[in-house]
Amino acid sequence: MVRVLKPGFYSSIQDFGRVSFQHYGVPCAGVMDRYSAGMANVILGNPPDLAVLEMTITGASLQFECETIICLSGANLSPKINDDEISLNKPIEVKVNDVLSFGKLLSGVRCYVAVLNGFQTEKVLGSFSMYKGVTNNHLLSKNDVLNITLKNSFIVNKYASVKLNNQYLESEVVEVFKGPEFDLLMPSQQDDLRSNQFTVSKNNSRMAYQLEERLENNLSPIITSPVLPGTVQLTPSGQLIVLMRDCQTTGGYPRVLQLTESSIDVMAQKFTGDLFTFELLDEVG
Amino acid sequence: MSYNLTYKPFGERAILIEWPNKIEDDILHDILGFKEKLFKLLIKELLYVNHAYNSLIVFYKNKIPDFEAKKSTINKIYIDKNDDVSLSVIKWVIPVCYDDIFGLDLTELSIEKDLSKAEVIQLHSEAVYKIYFIGFLPGFLYLGGLNEKLFTPRKATPRLRVEKGAVAIGGNQTGVYPVASPGGWNVIGNSPVSFFNLNNDKPCFAQPGDFIKFKPVSLKEYNDIKILCEAGVYELESEVIHG
Repeated sequence: MVRVLKPGFYSSIQDFGRVSFQHYGVPCAGVMDRYSAGMANVILGNPPDLAVLEMTITGASLQFECETIICLSGANLSPKINDDEISLNKPIEVKVNDVLSFGKLLSGVRCYVAVLNGFQTEKVLGSFSMYKGVTNNHLLSKNDVLNITLKNSFIVNKYASVKLNNQYLESEVVEVFKGPEFDLLMPSQQDDLRSNQFTVSKNNSRMAYQLEERLENNLSPIITSPVLPGTVQLTPSGQLIVLMRDCQTTGGYPRVLQLTESSIDVMAQKFTGDLFTFELLDEVG
Repeated sequence: MSYNLTYKPFGERAILIEWPNKIEDDILHDILGFKEKLFKLLIKELLYVNHAYNSLIVFYKNKIPDFEAKKSTINKIYIDKNDDVSLSVIKWVIPVCYDDIFGLDLTELSIEKDLSKAEVIQLHSEAVYKIYFIGFLPGFLYLGGLNEKLFTPRKATPRLRVEKGAVAIGGNQTGVYPVASPGGWNVIGNSPVSFFNLNNDKPCFAQPGDFIKFKPVSLKEYNDIKILCEAGVYELESEVIHG
């Protein structure tokens, strides 16, 4: 068991989401940055998609009530076990009553904690991912108890650590494909999307990131149609909205761009005020 | 009937298929038939298939190496489709209480439409609505068939909280909020029925192609039904319609 002493700003349990219930209007949800979450799991010998703890901007404070092995990946929130600093992307043994806590944010936005065999909280529609209206809790709260399995005889190579390419945490390039309505834009609008710099506005969440800059827009809304995490919508007022993992299943704004799957991970590590440009890739296939 | 479909790549793993830019029963039936067939034939390759009014998304497990090749495979399945698929659908009768306690915008809407409240209720509850798809929120049904006399623009300022069960009109659509949510539609009543229930094998009782009819109930009947719904023992009135 793991006890939540402090939940942090926005912490939840997430796996790779519930993909097959879109036809009920259920969002996919799941970890915002699959690369980091997957890495934390894989270093422990877990499959990449096991349930992890996702923290945003500020860390949680967790007390372990059993021995296990954990691994942290993604944003560097200055993690500590008791009073000792620990490294990211390395298996760390924790003992009964050890407290994992965090300090200053040094890089990225979202940090992941994986535990041996994954967190086993409430599973709904095949997934542990917390989402309001689907799971009973959508955020961790103080004194929550998170179920984990006891450490078995599984042997972890304590020296296993992975040389990671952490550049994506700071990358200012977001790779995109044309969205379904891209070709309806005027050439000047297409150029603006390709060459302008964009800023993440303060309205950014697990559901969507709104951007500061507006794009002149004369496209009409479309008949409601499917959207995906990574879809960039253009509203009638010219606002650009990058949909993220908790997004709705359908939408009525023109879909001008679609982030590559790895660029969703890049975007997930951005926060208010961060700058980036879109790099338009050739058509798929 | 076959349509000229448009195929577009949608990210690395999905293809978006589009029908003519219209909301029509014939298009819905064409989509549902095609969707069924794709499911059967490509189940091993696909993560999911989902549709809206005039579009269908085919989401693969793996990245699509060659879009043109996949497109021609899918289009062949479309062209080969048997047109004689006759689906049985269900007409669900949904109790709605149009009392002022729930119908926050009913008075304003009736004044705007130059109708009495009773007329609004009559027009809203006599129609049989077709379910096109489920989206927006878990269990939110997109319905077609609202009487033109009731078309009402969304509210200029959306409410921060529309209650669970709220029956509302937005533009040329009507629907029921399955959970409390911010929303801009005009609320005219409330249904005690749960549209999304994770305790059931199928979280939504209804599916695209089915019909919905609203049945006005009094506040007392509403409360009685609500108790039965919460206990999980309310049986919806329904009727099988053979296609």
